[in-house]
Amino acid sequence: MINANEIPVAGLAASAAFPARPPAKIRIDRLTKRHGTLTVLDGITAEIADGTFCCVVGPSGCGKTSLLRILANLDEPSSGSAEIVRTTRLPLNSVVFQGDSIFPWMTVWDNAAYGLRMRGAPHAHIKEVVGHFLDRTGLTRFANHYPRQLSGGMRQRVSIARAFANDAEVLLMDEPFSALDEQNKTILQEELLRIWEEHRKTVLFITHSVDEAVTLGDLIMVMTAQPGRIKTVIDVPLARPRNVLELRHDRDYGEIVYRIWGHLREEVAHPGQRRQDRT
Amino acid sequence: MQVIDETTPGIKLRRTVRRRTRGRQRWSERLLGIASPLVLLVLWEIAARAGMVDARFFPAPSSIGHAMLTMAKSGELESNTWATLHRLLLGFVAGGLPGLVLGILMGVYRPIRLAIEPLIAATYPIPKSAILPLILLIFGLGESSKIVMVAIGAFYPIAINTTAGVREINSIYFDVGKNFGAGRWNTFRTIALPGALPFIMTGAKLGAGLALILIAIAEMMGAKKGLGYMIWSAWETFDVEQMYAGLFVIALIGFLITIVFDELERRIIPWKGTK
Repeated sequence: MINANEIPVAGLAASAAFPARPPAKIRIDRLTKRHGTLTVLDGITAEIADGTFCCVVGPSGCGKTSLLRILANLDEPSSGSAEIVRTTRLPLNSVVFQGDSIFPWMTVWDNAAYGLRMRGAPHAHIKEVVGHFLDRTGLTRFANHYPRQLSGGMRQRVSIARAFANDAEVLLMDEPFSALDEQNKTILQEELLRIWEEHRKTVLFITHSVDEAVTLGDLIMVMTAQPGRIKTVIDVPLARPRNVLELRHDRDYGEIVYRIWGHLREEVAHPGQRRQDRT
Repeated sequence: MQVIDETTPGIKLRRTVRRRTRGRQRWSERLLGIASPLVLLVLWEIAARAGMVDARFFPAPSSIGHAMLTMAKSGELESNTWATLHRLLLGFVAGGLPGLVLGILMGVYRPIRLAIEPLIAATYPIPKSAILPLILLIFGLGESSKIVMVAIGAFYPIAINTTAGVREINSIYFDVGKNFGAGRWNTFRTIALPGALPFIMTGAKLGAGLALILIAIAEMMGAKKGLGYMIWSAWETFDVEQMYAGLFVIALIGFLITIVFDELERRIIPWKGTK
């Protein structure tokens, strides 16, 4: 038996089963996003508790990135809302974008310091925070390098350091490791978890990899494609701190991965009704 | 047949050998670049002295050099060169800065681009030299008309290339700026400007080239100083050596401008550098 609880979508708000659960940090209410006639997100409702590492997994075209962009205020919803509940005066969110997003014209240090500089943080504070996160991502030696001189994995570390150094209330990550090879991916997952353990701020992590979602997340939202809806939400009760390699032969890990694959296979084999209508 | 084995020192040896030949090649290539103009000058000298070319139109390089020396001694060459350089610098700044600012604004803000682009597209194809009489009419025969001509030459390529450069910037960088709280000014300063710099430098080089052409033309019409004036007055007095001296100095200025801009580019765009 595994402990993973599958909560149907409607029951998500009914957190009575966890009375001590922390307050919601991200509130998504009947969120719909259309691009022309295409419905990308269709009435998504969810609440993510403070301190949760939430992974969103789904086939490509399920609107995962749209969801993240709306939360990051980079896109407008067509209807409904998605908000991050503000509890401090820090920035609401920092995004780790998919693919190369660090500025080629800035050194590693300047890239990592970007958010703090933009809001005029004191010099000493920037030095301390950026120094810390470059150290945690193994980039100290490369502080004066330009992105062009770094490998893909290193560049993505800079992007992560930049997001963490910004010290936002919520971290939004959009398939940050999808362009990396398997070894680098594993190493960066491990590093990400290690850094995250220090603060345990709320994370919304978008991925198409089931393994990655189970490895990193406390909670997994499985989405359907076109229109994007939440198919199911799965708790991942694996103990923390997690060891990415050890997890691979953990029995519960395997069971959860298998279960999610069941949902996704169904989704790929029997795509949404509306999609058939359109074609 | 050679057996390649990672452990043998042979690999190392072959590498050093290859590097050395490459170094030698580069040196010989550089020599070629220096030798070819020298050879041409020598041939010209011989041909002029032997009477194979008409020395009235193609005076021997040595006599041109002599004329230059005389003009340098009298201070004539120096004052004319400075007059031209002074106008070039002022005009380049007067045209380049507005071009840069407008180019960035047009790149970032669509409404500004839509409003200004047709104006630029309509006026750009007018040969700049054809505007000279109008500029002389408006600004008179003094310094300002020369500076305006240079400014016009610098403005267009810089404005057009800056716009293109900003529009070439991957939109993800603007998303990053927005997400990390960069305001309007910081978006210009930290994203649009550095992101467009490679294009801006190309525009600046083109603008400098055009400026040099236009200053020569402008100085031939109603100027009392400058290299263009010097060349024109040499024509009027049929002093061919002086004419060539003027051409040589203008060519030298063009060459030095290229070197200065290349060096500038290397310094202000370090992220494009080696590796």
